[in-house]
Amino acid sequence: MKERGYGFWIGSAIVFAVACIAAATIKNEYYFYAAYVVIQFVVLATAWNILGGYAGYVNFGTSAFFGVGAYIAVMLIKAMNLPLGLQILAAAAVGGALGFGVGLLTLRLRGIFFSIATVAITIILETAVINWRFVGGATGIQILRPPVMEPFDSYTKMLFVCAVLLAIVAVAIARYIETSWIGRGLRAIRDNEEAAECTGVPTLKLKLAACTISGALMSAAGAPLAMYQSFVEPASAFNLTYSVSALAMPIIGGTSHWIGPVVGAILLGTVQQVVTVTISSELNVLVVGVLLVVFVVAAPQGIVGLFMKLRGKLKRKNNIGN
Amino acid sequence: MDLLLDAVVLGLLLGCFYAAVSVGLTVAFGLLDVPHIAHPAFLVLGAYCTWLLNRYGFDPIVAGIVLMPVFLLLGMAVYRFYYETFERRGSDAGLRGLAFFFGVVFIIEVGLVLLFGVDQRLVEAAYIGKSFDIGDMRLPRRMVVAFAMALVLTIGLALYLSKTFTGRAIKAVAQDETALRLMGANPVRIKQWAFGIATAVTGLAGALLIIVGPVEPTMDRVYIGRTFCVVVLAGLGSMSGTLAAGIILGISETIVLTLLGASWAPAVSFGLLLIMLGIRPQGLFGK
Repeated sequence: MKERGYGFWIGSAIVFAVACIAAATIKNEYYFYAAYVVIQFVVLATAWNILGGYAGYVNFGTSAFFGVGAYIAVMLIKAMNLPLGLQILAAAAVGGALGFGVGLLTLRLRGIFFSIATVAITIILETAVINWRFVGGATGIQILRPPVMEPFDSYTKMLFVCAVLLAIVAVAIARYIETSWIGRGLRAIRDNEEAAECTGVPTLKLKLAACTISGALMSAAGAPLAMYQSFVEPASAFNLTYSVSALAMPIIGGTSHWIGPVVGAILLGTVQQVVTVTISSELNVLVVGVLLVVFVVAAPQGIVGLFMKLRGKLKRKNNIGN
Repeated sequence: MDLLLDAVVLGLLLGCFYAAVSVGLTVAFGLLDVPHIAHPAFLVLGAYCTWLLNRYGFDPIVAGIVLMPVFLLLGMAVYRFYYETFERRGSDAGLRGLAFFFGVVFIIEVGLVLLFGVDQRLVEAAYIGKSFDIGDMRLPRRMVVAFAMALVLTIGLALYLSKTFTGRAIKAVAQDETALRLMGANPVRIKQWAFGIATAVTGLAGALLIIVGPVEPTMDRVYIGRTFCVVVLAGLGSMSGTLAAGIILGISETIVLTLLGASWAPAVSFGLLLIMLGIRPQGLFGK
């Protein structure tokens, strides 16, 4: 594989510049409101893929990490009124620690136990938050947005730019992992864990690292939720639909390349937004479920895999033609 | 003290019910090694089918028994599909199988929401809403009926697996699939039948679910914790373990309910499950 380091960074810079220009020129706030959700899913899907796609450990607990991020932010706002940047950093730290803890507890076991443990963490944390008065309990909590910072003219636009930045960081980390020795180790674990262990791959350490990084990114993605909705309640912050979406997007996009989760999140996220607005939010979960099952059964390599296959076929055809 | 005794008795009843809703998973996950995360969703599906039949005047238990052959076929079809698409192709079957069943969970949930709405549903029967009074203790009749049925179901399935020829074949396929193949038997057909039986039992357990209390489409999420907690606690695949584990969970839940309040109840099963995975993943009664 050729090293194309500069291309990625130039592309990221262009994406960020376009986001800033859009924020400066487009007046209708709704677009940013909707785009924020899609970008948030790019972060979640990319984070999920670090452990799920590369190492093959299926995390059903995206919503746990996401909800923890949101509630860390709520806590910091209520207790100390810290700014958004620090909320995100603190959420990432706690999410990382949580990922490390869950990993330590269950990553020694077979994959399915890890998956079930992540569901367990989700429900336990949700129950704990429901019983915790300080952050609003079951009824949720209203958050007052602070005045918007310069140079932005609205809070939603600021959150949007912030999310784009977060997404670029997430994708850069995922891409680094994928191309480095860590990614090779994780892939070895996915293909055959015993063989990997025998040939000297430090499997537990690598899995723990992946779980920690993935958890940190998921929690970071959840932190701005408090400001975005200006209202947080446990039932929606810890909703399992985040888990199924964050899992479906990489699988639909393709789990073997960092672009897969990005493609999946943008496609599925946009479809979700359209379906929610035009039909109903229940139907949007159905769309995710059906697409997930269809892809897992019929196209396990995802859209990226289909694309590669098509390109391979065309190449072969051309070679024969010549 | 009286309160605690009440909790233990109610927990015992509830525990047998938890064992009954979990035996299907004991077979599907414990014996057949299928990552059947959609088991609780099938349970809720069974409850809704019971509700539908109950509206036409069927007693919920009769409705549950009527459902069993339908669920048997459903389960056999699901396993066949799972086998053809995942198990046979090998490699990363685990990851994709899990993702597949997780997708099925949401398809069933949303399907139920779209068909019946998000309201809670109940059934009507002579034994619902009344209670037996023994001294100071009040035992709701619905719990007693569910307890009796649960006991019959669990013990019946345990006997089927240990006494009949097919039942033993199912246990054999769980122990050593290759050996079975060498002896000229077809493991896939046995597993398909076993998964069908597991799903049929789940259908009847769904009827018990709606007898015990009102049901709503997303109820399966809490039952992911309860059923997997029981199966892991039991030590994958042990039938007598399932009954004991169900009772342990039932009593723990009612005690927490009495001491801390209902809002903590969902965390009990998931907490027990996590502790178990952390310290003794082979279960209390596993080898």
